[in-house]
Amino acid sequence: MSGPNSNGTLRTPLGRVRGHGAAHAGTHHFMAQRASAVALAVLAPWFVISAALFLGRGYDSDIGWIANPLNAIGLILLILAAFYHMRLGLQVVIEDYISVPLTKTLLLLGNTFVAFGAAVAAIFAILRISFGS
Amino acid sequence: MAGPAKPGTSRPLSPHLQVWRWHPTMASSIFHRATGVGLYLTALCLAIWLVALAMGPEAYGLVMSLLNTWPGLIVVYLASVGISYHLANGIRHMVWDIGHGFSPKVADGSAMAVILFALIAPIGVWGLSMFGGQG
Repeated sequence: MSGPNSNGTLRTPLGRVRGHGAAHAGTHHFMAQRASAVALAVLAPWFVISAALFLGRGYDSDIGWIANPLNAIGLILLILAAFYHMRLGLQVVIEDYISVPLTKTLLLLGNTFVAFGAAVAAIFAILRISFGS
Repeated sequence: MAGPAKPGTSRPLSPHLQVWRWHPTMASSIFHRATGVGLYLTALCLAIWLVALAMGPEAYGLVMSLLNTWPGLIVVYLASVGISYHLANGIRHMVWDIGHGFSPKVADGSAMAVILFALIAPIGVWGLSMFGGQG
């Protein structure tokens, strides 16, 4: 079978059912951005208020706050949600403004590496503070 | 697919910022992206702060002495404005995702409310850090 479908378009029934569209990824990016945003809408205010109340008050005091398991767990969740969310966000910015294919690819790769690298560094730091060095 | 326009070809241009009247919804959209990029850098600073704290008192002292300069304090203040704005406008986006708040009047009003919140909330946070914490 070739040529237009019975509905007069070139889209196949399978393509329509999958719903992945021209970018072949469907709504995944959109939904992931929203899911991480919902998490951050809770975690970010918690951290900002906690930081204002308890952090930046000296080495021992800051170590003590992060060593509290509830704070450490919240902080790791914040790091995961924030670095995932910002990787997705900057990806859109790069795709919008950079049209040169090689430059775009390198920036997208760099965005992923920076986000993952900083997230791993931050989580390792939290764990080391929690468990003691 | 059309590539980037070659110099000298005459194509219609999208409206440039210089000739576009600023209105609340446009400003709120631009601020959302700008604060998003700013918060990317803020998050990297948070990672650096955490790693310094894990490395010991010396590295921690260095980072804190940088934060306690005027440029450092301005960066912290701008970060708190950025978080306040991106959070409030993000919630505005969630309301849109549910399907509400699209009429020009409501969208303009919520944009102004978000901008106002971003200017006021950091003052509250700084008040907390000055008067609310444990020494």
